[in-house]
Amino acid sequence: MAIPVDMPKLSDTMEEGVLVAWLADEGEQVSAGDVIAQVETDKATMDLEVFDDGVLLKKLVEEGDAVDIGALIAVLGDEGEDISSVLEEFGAGEGAANGEAEAAEAEATEAPDEAPATAERAPSGDGAAQQAPVPAGDEAPAADDGRIKASPLARRMASQNELDMATIDGSGPQGRIIKRDIEQALEAKEAAPAEEAPAAEEAPAAEEAAPAAEETEAKAPAYQRPGDVVSVDDEDLYEAVPLSQMRKTIARRLAESKFTAPHFYLTIDIDMEGTIAFRKQLNDLTKAQERPKVSFNDIITKACATALRKHPDVNSAYLEKEGEIRYYNQVHVGVAVAIDEGLVTPVIRHADRKGLSQIAAETREMAGRARERKLQPAEMEGATFTTSNLGMFGIEEFTAIINPPSACILAIGAIRDEPVVKNGEVVPGKRMKVTLSCDHRVVDGAVGSAFLNTLQQHLEEPMNLLL
Amino acid sequence: MASNSKETSPTATEEPQASESHEGFTKPQNEDARPDPLDLPDALEFEQTFKVYRGGTIKHDELGFDTDTLLRIYRNMLLQRRFEERSLQMYRKQNISGFLHLYIGQEAVSTGAMQSIDVGEDTVITAYRDHGMGLAMGMDPNACMAELFGKKDGCSKGKGGSMHFFSKEKRMFGGHGIVGQHIPVGTGIAFAHKYRGDGKVCLTFFGDGAVGQGAMHEAANLAGLYDLPIVFVIENNEYAMGTAVHRAFADPDLCKQAVPYGMPASIVDGMDVFSVTKAMRDHVAMARQNQPSFVEVRTYRYQGHSVSDPANYRTKGELDQKKGEDAIIRLKSYLVQHDLSTNEALDDIDDEVKQQVLDAIDFAENSPLPDLEAIYEDVYTQDDYPFLA
Amino acid sequence: MAELQFREAIRAAMTEEMERDEDIFLIGEEVAEYDGAYKVSEGMLDQFGPKRVVDTPISENGFTGLGIGAAMNGLRPIVEMMTWNFSFVAFDQILNNAAKIRYMSGGQFSFPIVFRGPNGAAGQLGATHNTSVESFYAHIPGLKVVSPSTPNDSKGLLKASIRDNDPVLFLESERMYGLKGEVSDEEDYVLPLGQAHVVREGDAVTLVANGKDYYIALEVADRLAEDGHQAEVIDPRTIRPLDFDTIIASIKKTNRCVIIDESNPFASLSSEIAFQIQERAFDYLDAPVRRITAKDVPAPYAKNLMDYYMPQADDAYQACRDVMYL
Ligand SMILES: Cc1ncc(C[n+]2csc(CCOP(=O)(O)OP(=O)(O)O)c2C)c(N)n1
Ligand SMILES: [Mg+2]
Repeated sequence: MAIPVDMPKLSDTMEEGVLVAWLADEGEQVSAGDVIAQVETDKATMDLEVFDDGVLLKKLVEEGDAVDIGALIAVLGDEGEDISSVLEEFGAGEGAANGEAEAAEAEATEAPDEAPATAERAPSGDGAAQQAPVPAGDEAPAADDGRIKASPLARRMASQNELDMATIDGSGPQGRIIKRDIEQALEAKEAAPAEEAPAAEEAPAAEEAAPAAEETEAKAPAYQRPGDVVSVDDEDLYEAVPLSQMRKTIARRLAESKFTAPHFYLTIDIDMEGTIAFRKQLNDLTKAQERPKVSFNDIITKACATALRKHPDVNSAYLEKEGEIRYYNQVHVGVAVAIDEGLVTPVIRHADRKGLSQIAAETREMAGRARERKLQPAEMEGATFTTSNLGMFGIEEFTAIINPPSACILAIGAIRDEPVVKNGEVVPGKRMKVTLSCDHRVVDGAVGSAFLNTLQQHLEEPMNLLL
Repeated sequence: MASNSKETSPTATEEPQASESHEGFTKPQNEDARPDPLDLPDALEFEQTFKVYRGGTIKHDELGFDTDTLLRIYRNMLLQRRFEERSLQMYRKQNISGFLHLYIGQEAVSTGAMQSIDVGEDTVITAYRDHGMGLAMGMDPNACMAELFGKKDGCSKGKGGSMHFFSKEKRMFGGHGIVGQHIPVGTGIAFAHKYRGDGKVCLTFFGDGAVGQGAMHEAANLAGLYDLPIVFVIENNEYAMGTAVHRAFADPDLCKQAVPYGMPASIVDGMDVFSVTKAMRDHVAMARQNQPSFVEVRTYRYQGHSVSDPANYRTKGELDQKKGEDAIIRLKSYLVQHDLSTNEALDDIDDEVKQQVLDAIDFAENSPLPDLEAIYEDVYTQDDYPFLA
Repeated sequence: MAELQFREAIRAAMTEEMERDEDIFLIGEEVAEYDGAYKVSEGMLDQFGPKRVVDTPISENGFTGLGIGAAMNGLRPIVEMMTWNFSFVAFDQILNNAAKIRYMSGGQFSFPIVFRGPNGAAGQLGATHNTSVESFYAHIPGLKVVSPSTPNDSKGLLKASIRDNDPVLFLESERMYGLKGEVSDEEDYVLPLGQAHVVREGDAVTLVANGKDYYIALEVADRLAEDGHQAEVIDPRTIRPLDFDTIIASIKKTNRCVIIDESNPFASLSSEIAFQIQERAFDYLDAPVRRITAKDVPAPYAKNLMDYYMPQADDAYQACRDVMYL
């Protein structure tokens, strides 16, 4: 069999070698370990040994040629053997090595040791181009603590131009007001008709990009006024938005789940008074310790995780292709988060082993990044169970589609005020409905119910969670 | 490769006895027992004899080797050789990257040394030229090759590479990349043996070049002071990179490094696995009695320092002469001459070993790359330190 | 202008200085007979003889201290570290002797000494051989740290380093030794320490990078230019002294900054630059300062992990777009 001899890597920083001298002739018998040529690397002149026995059938490079690592130099084999297949494999016709070597100098994209200067360049705009600019007003500039987020530069420009930051929408992450927003506000101010300005003031000239503008009070309205006429004719029938990658993925996964996993649903109504009291106590503590607040959802995440430990059957997956059911040894709870483009599910790993304040901190942090689309794929994979909470929208009860390959998902409704009977008396109570969607291929009715019972116990007596 | 060192080592079966009467490591403060330093002698004389284990002087039956053991030794030396020959090829095909330091030529040292200890119980630590040592200790060639390939199934999960083989199971405490800095670590391993009183010893291997490091001298003094169960093995292959021993040391007889630290030392022909075995057994026996010592093994590496070194500092004649003393060929002719095996049977072993190495390459090729997450595993990371993505 | 490899430019600097001043000598492992582990000192033994080009055993602690003593006693040593990874066995010499004795002696002794050699990652060499040392040494008061990015700079900066009367650590790179570039053949080409180089002017974002990362920065700037944004690229050239004025002036223009730094991130060069920016240019920042560094772990061997470990152009490009709110 014909054996190719290619340019070996002879030093840790070598990219190409110059074949300085041939030490064997075509037709010569050589054996493993023989030196057939000398190669000059970036460090030294080295012997080129062969690793096999055979006749040197063909030399493909001339003395003095620079050859890329891995490019064909010579062919060994039996006397008279056909070497065309080897040549083809290396795409080397007569003298091809020469041209290759030259082209390689310009390219040098493959050698792992390449100098940093020649690092491969990604096509322009790749990836990043798909990422739309951060939508303006993604979130109100005023964060929950009422503090306006702005870059130091934007703050300085605003104060120099006497702009009220509260009137400006931030286009940066989390609604941060940035230089661009101030510039727009200043432009808008300038564009506003001069006569509308009752008293034009001289603004101190901004040192930076902000143009020294005539201060004007009125702003071009960003909303439609009642008197404005909308021409119906001009209106398009619809607005076409191309499917985003996320939309497509959500569509595919959910359809797949709903069509392959036979869903059934179990609903239970839970008395939440215990949890409410528990949370209040907790948050008095977290406040004192300046730790993040614990939400109901965090407590439910923890309660699910603890219940899953007790009901491993629910912490499982039916894997058709693998021909097996997996009972996970870890409890990773996915928490569905709605974002502008759709829905993502950051995963709280080892939720059963984490404390509430850690769960709270992680959930918050990941949800924040989810909204900025900064979650790594790995952070959304590997859930063994999922929860979805629409309580904040006032939804009392709903069913969710299982997040494959998990076996179950818990749909969490709002906490309702409801008259309940206690000790024979009707008193105001706090209730919450949760609905477990189960994949019937792994979880049966009784199994799902037992899990819900444990969950109910945990939420009604949340001290259980601390045990 | 369990050895029968137990028979030759006088104390291995008994509880190890502290060679000193005191219990601790540092000698107690006892003013009375101390000679008066101002009470000067007329002259200070000193003499120390270093035993020499020449090649070709020791027979297999003196070492208690039966035919099976001999063939096992032969096979293992070949495995080291063939494994590394293929590694070189794989490096040149870019399946292996970084530095690759080959042990070819020195196989008798690793192999002989393993005949002196209880592998898997006693401990070993060495420098970066570590493939031969790993294989001599019975590490899996598949996992070793996969490590060179930087794959998930490598002996260090693809994270260490050529210079950083480890096997806790075999008590191989690693290949180490910074010259000489593992020698104090070997001393600490021995310290733990003595501390626990487990009767085990630590073999600490290093190159001639490492003798130039202060760390070696500090470690030797500590071992001598604390009477640790350790053998310091200098693998003198005549060169540290391009620097020959006589160009690097005021006194090129490296075994004499034992003198200031109050230890015995020997010189051994490292091109004969029998003389290495014999010497190492004698020194391991001392170590078992908490007598640390030095062994200078004179050996030779056939390849350059690493794969990018053309080794222009030596002549072809020198290399050819050393290859003429090759330890594997020497053992092969010994076995044939003493009717312990035949050329054919030994060639068959060679074929099997070659196949085993090809299988290791297959294994390494098919092993997956480590998962990206593995970059954060096996090291302390602070979860909220934002460099994890 | 002559086209020289990085290693040739360094050699030219050493050779010119040694021809000029008899008190300069080169010492280190394999520098003489072997012509240098990375062929930087090739031919120097022939030119200067064994008195001035001195091979050592593998005794970094010893010959580093020796160099320091020789400097105290009037010579001007150039000490080659085969790589900076091995300098840590001599750390005490550098930390406590080179950096502090001038101060502790009330200025009686000076330390005209250069320590030089390749720094940082050089491929799949495993954790012990991939340490970027600039942050370690830049941390120490009394030391100067130089990290050239081009052959031309390396020549001018090394000549300045050799002439400096304080200890200078000169950081090169195995990966860059073969890199070719135009080098000034001005008779006596010396570049002062402490002057950053604005390699490219722009107003969209400031990119700060040195050594190998300098080439990543140029690539990122190219990509941004294709998108229609002009990045300003600053090569600090010397890490200590660091030319803050040039960096701050640029931030005042661009209002945003991305630093590419091959060191591990914690308490590093990039931390320091970011700190200085927030202190001196707080009111000019329109976005948080971002940095792309090696990952916060020891360097792994496997190729995919090592690629991931190192600062990536893609990440730097994305960071630029992020701070530009694109
Ligand atoms: C402290 C330190 N300095 C320098 C080096 C670079 N280096 C690696 S191996 C080597 C030569 C070591 O020679 P020796 O100890 O004789 O071992 P051998 O290579 O002969 O097995 C050198 C200088 C290093 N790894 N560590
Ligand atoms: Mg050596």
